[in-house]
Amino acid sequence: MTIILNNRPEVFDVEHLSVSRMLELKRFTFRMRIIKINGVLVPKDRYDSTSIMEGDNVQMLYLMSGG
Amino acid sequence: MRFAEIREHLSHFRVGIAGAGGLGSNCAVALARSGVGTIVISDFDVIEPANLNRQYYFTSQVGMLKTAALKENLSRINPDIIVIAHAEKLNTKNIPVIFDGCDVIVEAFDKDEMKEMLIETVQTSMPGIPLIVGSGLAGWGKSDAIKFRKIDDTLYVCGDESTTVDEELPPMGPRVAMVANMQANTVIEILMKQFKDYFRV
Repeated sequence: MTIILNNRPEVFDVEHLSVSRMLELKRFTFRMRIIKINGVLVPKDRYDSTSIMEGDNVQMLYLMSGG
Repeated sequence: MRFAEIREHLSHFRVGIAGAGGLGSNCAVALARSGVGTIVISDFDVIEPANLNRQYYFTSQVGMLKTAALKENLSRINPDIIVIAHAEKLNTKNIPVIFDGCDVIVEAFDKDEMKEMLIETVQTSMPGIPLIVGSGLAGWGKSDAIKFRKIDDTLYVCGDESTTVDEELPPMGPRVAMVANMQANTVIEILMKQFKDYFRV
């Protein structure tokens, strides 16, 4: 399936894609992040249960300490 | 558009700032100078000497609550605005109460887990309210790495999105204030959006 990840098309060779699986496949290991799918925030405790669908707009933001 | 008109327009809005450290104090100063009518600040910390390398406070204010000192400093810059100060630690319960009625909220925390908590809370409990996040401002130089990104109508990011502060890469005045002022500039862009056709570059 093809999704939009931070404004770029990304192809995943899978039928079903959870948020956790997407992070594994992309090897995104940095922990502090915010993920929104089609403008809706996905809480961290729902990464396993939330599916990403064909064409979804996924936005990811890393949170760096400092202020 | 003349500044007097801009200031008059901005005087009708209320902006929340979560945290009164390097990002929050500098962002608040920029918004106060611009004439944002009401600024709601929240922070539970007191000023320490080490804060003065980047935070908008003075040596005579060391030991004061940041909220009290910031309120004093903002009133010296612009006595015409209202500053509401909450000396409280923010959590998922009090964020929607403290920032109720705010047109825009600025995330100005230091620690990444607090940033995450605030973003999750505002985005789920206060739908439609734009939130401006600061992420990535450690060290010095690399001005061109600091950027602005609109994720959607309710979430904006300012910062390099890659550096984390630590002992060897401390937060410093110039870069912290750059991000804080980008956050303030984003607030003003949102509040001025009906006048965007006036903006010529």
